[in-house]
Amino acid sequence: MPAIVLALVRGLLLSIALIVATAPAFAASFEESVAKFANDDFSDTDDAVGEIAVSGNPLAFPIISALQDERLMFDAETKKVFIKQADGKIIDAATGAAVDKLPDNAAAVSLNNRLRRSVDAALGGLTLLSPDTNTRLTAAKSVFKSHEEATLPTVESALAKETNRSVKQALAEARAAILLFKSDASEVDKLEAVATIRSRGDQEALALLTEISGGDQPANVTKAAASAISSIQGSLAIWSGVQNAWYGLSLGSVLLLAAIGLAITFGVMGVINMAHGEMVMLGAYTTFVVQEVIRTRYPALFDYSLLIAAPLAFLVAGAIGVLIERTIIRFLYGRPLETLLATWGLSLILQQAVRSAFGPTNREVGNPSWMSGAFELGQITITYNRLWILCFTMAVFAILLAMLRYTALGLEMRAVTQNRRMAASMGIATSRVDALTFGLGSGIAGIAGVALSQIDNVSPNLGQSYIIDSFMVVVFGGVGNLWGTLVGAFTLGIANKFLEPVAGAVLGKIAILVLIILFIQKRPRGLFALKGRAVEA
Amino acid sequence: MPHMLTRSLDRGASIFLLVVAACGILIPLSNLLLPAGSALQVPTYLVALWGKYVCYAILALSIDLIWGYCGILSLGHGAFFALGGYAMGMYLMRQIGSRGVYGNPILPDFMVFLNYSKLPWYWHGFDMFWFAALMVLVVPGLLAFGFGWLAFRSRVTGVYLSIITQAMTYALLLAFFRNDFGFGGNNGLTDFKDILGFNVQAEGTRAALFALSCLALILAFLICRAVVSSKLGKVLIAIRDAESRTRFLGYRVESYKLFVFTLSACMAGVAGALYVPQVGIINPSEFAPGNSIEAVIWVAVGGRGTLVGAALGAVVVNYAKTFFTSGVLAPYWLFMLGALFVLVTLLLPKGIIGTFNAWWDQLGATKPNADSAAREDGVTEPKMAE
Repeated sequence: MPAIVLALVRGLLLSIALIVATAPAFAASFEESVAKFANDDFSDTDDAVGEIAVSGNPLAFPIISALQDERLMFDAETKKVFIKQADGKIIDAATGAAVDKLPDNAAAVSLNNRLRRSVDAALGGLTLLSPDTNTRLTAAKSVFKSHEEATLPTVESALAKETNRSVKQALAEARAAILLFKSDASEVDKLEAVATIRSRGDQEALALLTEISGGDQPANVTKAAASAISSIQGSLAIWSGVQNAWYGLSLGSVLLLAAIGLAITFGVMGVINMAHGEMVMLGAYTTFVVQEVIRTRYPALFDYSLLIAAPLAFLVAGAIGVLIERTIIRFLYGRPLETLLATWGLSLILQQAVRSAFGPTNREVGNPSWMSGAFELGQITITYNRLWILCFTMAVFAILLAMLRYTALGLEMRAVTQNRRMAASMGIATSRVDALTFGLGSGIAGIAGVALSQIDNVSPNLGQSYIIDSFMVVVFGGVGNLWGTLVGAFTLGIANKFLEPVAGAVLGKIAILVLIILFIQKRPRGLFALKGRAVEA
Repeated sequence: MPHMLTRSLDRGASIFLLVVAACGILIPLSNLLLPAGSALQVPTYLVALWGKYVCYAILALSIDLIWGYCGILSLGHGAFFALGGYAMGMYLMRQIGSRGVYGNPILPDFMVFLNYSKLPWYWHGFDMFWFAALMVLVVPGLLAFGFGWLAFRSRVTGVYLSIITQAMTYALLLAFFRNDFGFGGNNGLTDFKDILGFNVQAEGTRAALFALSCLALILAFLICRAVVSSKLGKVLIAIRDAESRTRFLGYRVESYKLFVFTLSACMAGVAGALYVPQVGIINPSEFAPGNSIEAVIWVAVGGRGTLVGAALGAVVVNYAKTFFTSGVLAPYWLFMLGALFVLVTLLLPKGIIGTFNAWWDQLGATKPNADSAAREDGVTEPKMAE
């Protein structure tokens, strides 16, 4: 807002300089109004602001914005008022003529809070007629907030001329807000105003209606306001539910991305990979390295950095996964508890290795332009990075599902999950399936790291913060079925976000952990448990 | 073979008891009686350090009891240790009285700081030592009983159990970090003055605490030995090796598990309670899941299912930790610890003592008996679901 105002001030001053050159005389009343500032009396200043705002004089805007920024100077002896421009030049406020320097005893016209409000309102009114759509929209919104009665004629004339739909809407709301506070407005006008504000339906509308329903209003208006308030409250409650659901979906997608690889390895091999979080971390660091290379060598490619990083992260984490499986885990089959310890040791080693290589502090990973920013949907704000991560997660999930369903490796993996010995008897090379499964699970964790690098700090501890949550998802969802992981992740994500506003972030998380511990008692093998022989194999 | 097993364990056990008793008597005596600077005098900081190791050894014993003999891998035993520690810490906090920074006779400093108007109900009674000592056993015991009752009855086993014990300690970690939970939040409990009227910083108190820790270790060892060598212990080993088969034979598996899990949690609580006055602080980081897993690796290093090995592993690993983290090798300690996890599980699955026992038995085995000797010392790998 201040930037816009300053730009406007500059533009207007240029045109003033031209006007001043051709038309030296202004109406005396305008000069008198300006002179009132020199009294530095709050009520005189207030009068002057009101008179200048409706004067139609091109100097009105620079004067009032100067007043707002405390750049409006006055000389008490000569009763002259000056505008100190942003670039340090001085002009006479009454005539617009350039002045060499300020008189020695010049001081800024002082403001109090009430004055600031009328200054804001006056400025809002003045900018309502600006040629720039955004400026008009901002002005209309600020009039809505200040609902200063004096701006009503300006608002109405602006409304009559306005062609842009959203500005027109904002102006209508501003007019409604003014009418509601105007004591002599007709009841019909007021009822219409309540309806307009009701249809706006946000927190500000609610505040405004609550404010007027306490005041002196006709009975019908109070009644209409009360019903509008309850309807807005109802819709706001729904919107906050939608907002929580969105946050929950977003958290759920992150959990799913982190847990899905874990679910595959656990399902097929019965192995809990404690180093899974470190695979996520490696993926995030791969993104960092890719971005560093792009930044220094090919800056034009920055927007594609994630597309380049994702397959690389899959390869890096997948290769390390296969390596781990071949050198360590395959010697520990049938001893899942020992596997758990060995992979925990690996996670320590990997963390410390990354700490030695990249340092213990957070590394900066940037958002490509298509992932930054946000848009509004009704009353909620959706950021592009969260939205993309959700889409990305669903894509990964779909690809994985298709892979398990339609490829030979997928068929073999499902066979080994259901009955390892039978699968081996049928000629499936189970140890090859194990290695590939472990590589696949780790690779997906690496891809998850690419996505998480966009919303979380890239540090050696990145994986640690997700590992327990990912376990919970797998334990809750059950193994051997990717749908279980999907349902588990989104259930936990949404439950977490709905508990958060009630219980606070930490207590909400504790509640979720306790609920899972209790849930496990009821269904020890998770939501989607494998049935039959596989259970006790 | 059972005969040989008992004999070898007995030999190890008596050596172990002798060493612990000797340490428990000689180290405090040398610290107190010999003049400072004498070659044989043990400095006070070492007494406190070794006291810490002894407490870790008790924790390791409690883990070995359930993991080595019953196949329950708890990744949350640090929680019971920390709860015992907090119970003792609360007693020590109440002993500070009006000597705290704010001089409040009832409220500990952090409560004054956080604007508590009165003592929370769960802090009552902790000004009495007997009550605190009881709570050291009761709080971890109750938590373990409740948790185990739910988990074992629903037949949550193997990695699932490990994961939810980890979730349990993680939940407690989050809870104890909160200021409004009433246990000092982030900073925990510290700045202790007295225990039973003796200054906790004094050399005599430290020596006595060390001796007490050794005594507790001996007692814990004897209790564990009594449990595992009784008929109950045989059932536990049967559960470890073939849980379903034991159940089908008519044993109530969950009751056995619940008993041994609760007993183990109480022992961990005692270890924590002895740990806190010697270290001088207890804070929520003791609940960190990493600590519990580290305790498990002590047992694995020493040799699970041997009891002596667990205690030995705790001391060896922690001594190595102190040694390496205080020198130029500090940045590499995590590599070493990580490698320890990997190498022990891969190459030394029976741990130091288990491997030694197997080697000794093989050495002593006569030719006709080679068959039974090759079957090792009774520590078989638990057969888990594939």
